[in-house]
Amino acid sequence: MSWFTKTLTSSIGRKLMMALTGLFLITFLIIHASGNLQLLANDGGKAFNLYTKFMTTSPIIKTVSYILYTSIIVHVIWAILLTRLNVSARPQKYEYDKLGQSSTWASRSMMLLGTIILIFLVIHMKTFWFVYKFGEIGMVTYDGVEYKDLYTVVVNAFKNPLYTGFYVVSMVFLAFHLAHGFWSGFQTLGLNHKKYTPLIKTVGLIIAIVIPVVFAIQPVYVLLFA
Amino acid sequence: MNLTLKVWRQKDANSKGKIETYPVTDISSDMSFLEMLDVLNEQLLEKGEDPVAFDHDCREGICGMCSLFINGRPHGPQNATTTCQLHMRKFKDGDTIFIEPWRAKAFPVVKDLVVDRTAFDNIIQAGGYISVSTGNARDANETPIPKEIADQAMDAASCIGCGACVAACKNASAMLFVSAKVSQLALLPQGKPEKQKRVEAMVAQMDKEGFGACTNTGACEAECPKEISITNIARMNREYFSAKLSSNNT
Ligand code: HEM
Ligand code: SF4
Ligand code: FES
Repeated sequence: MSWFTKTLTSSIGRKLMMALTGLFLITFLIIHASGNLQLLANDGGKAFNLYTKFMTTSPIIKTVSYILYTSIIVHVIWAILLTRLNVSARPQKYEYDKLGQSSTWASRSMMLLGTIILIFLVIHMKTFWFVYKFGEIGMVTYDGVEYKDLYTVVVNAFKNPLYTGFYVVSMVFLAFHLAHGFWSGFQTLGLNHKKYTPLIKTVGLIIAIVIPVVFAIQPVYVLLFA
Repeated sequence: MNLTLKVWRQKDANSKGKIETYPVTDISSDMSFLEMLDVLNEQLLEKGEDPVAFDHDCREGICGMCSLFINGRPHGPQNATTTCQLHMRKFKDGDTIFIEPWRAKAFPVVKDLVVDRTAFDNIIQAGGYISVSTGNARDANETPIPKEIADQAMDAASCIGCGACVAACKNASAMLFVSAKVSQLALLPQGKPEKQKRVEAMVAQMDKEGFGACTNTGACEAECPKEISITNIARMNREYFSAKLSSNNT
């Protein structure tokens, strides 16, 4: 193995991959969550459909989205590798264990939280992304130009209380993943400093609350008012 | 005070162990936890039974030899305290106390409560030293070291290598121990010349021994009897990344 692969497969190297992909995914979440806010514009879906078209055709966004898909795949594969290593490091459990007191639940449950996020992502991609790319979808015309009407697909999905319920619950798990993940990513990169770590922890908590809430507002709004 | 002890008994490395229950009576609250175990062992010897094997040496909290997972926590209920410095006044009459060995693939049980911590020695041997003969003690102020740096190095150096961090970590990760040893030397001028080689070798050895990876839960820091901080882990990661990027070791 070259020094490079050796580094990335070492315990700290694997963590590096988790931190880089995880933190990149957070920047994507921020953009995605704010873009989605156009669903709330009271214009029958025009702003949202224009935005969708931009997001699926702009070359820059397309390039970023390939990095994004790679990041998710790497994050998930490395999560499995790391979790397997970590489980195998303690083959025999304690009979009596009060270790729950010395760390947060989120920090101990990253794989569980991540798995639920993954299930959410798969279903989410199937209902929206897959339908948009390959499924049957209505067309709308604004100013003489035809657009795929993803807005109607989204609204119909969110009118289903089960779908919206699942969406909202998944956001709770995302919140916990981010609550630990954000500052943990910085710690992994070695960025722990008296001056900045308290700030990073606070920003992490704000992100962990605001992003999932913004995501969850949209289906709930559609379910209740659309 | 009278207590019920639930102790892990295991004949040797290859046997399957189990929890055995032993009542002990008339324990003074001034006794240390290990003295209480001495009382139990005298009882067992009088009955012709095999005494409980456990590790200890200095019994003054400095050698790192004592271990024991007491009532679900490494070194028992008192923070920042080794098992040998834990006193029975921390328990109440009638308490049931679980006593188990450290659990980690890299720390196999030798007998009862004794685990083999050779993995830590191997990590130290991989690079946890300075490989020059220092000769006589040099003049104290010949190499100026700011007080703040000396304090940080001293804090890291207070790690006694007990392994409670591994025992506490859900991933049985040794990152706190290794980062303390890496930091203690990387912070000081004497340790700097070899810092890249050191961190690469020690991390590689840590991985080879079968410890888990860190998920930044912070359980190690909370349970460490010497209150070693996880800022050392961040420092080790920085040292590791910069060594990997710029060392000549391919
Ligand atoms: C939008 C989705 C996601 C975001 C923003 C995200 C973000 C993060 C971040 C920032 C970390 C901290 C990295 C570190 O400690 O250095 C992390 C850790 C982790 N993530 Fe994710 N994640 C996402 C999805 C997932 C998925 C789908 C899985 C698994 C199936 C997953 C599993 C994990 C695991 C197991 C860890 C802990 C790794 C460790 O520290 O050993 N995550 N995530
Ligand atoms: S870091 Fe703390 S818990 Fe770990 S070996 Fe050193 S003294 Fe023991
Ligand atoms: S016996 Fe030496 S530290 Fe406990």
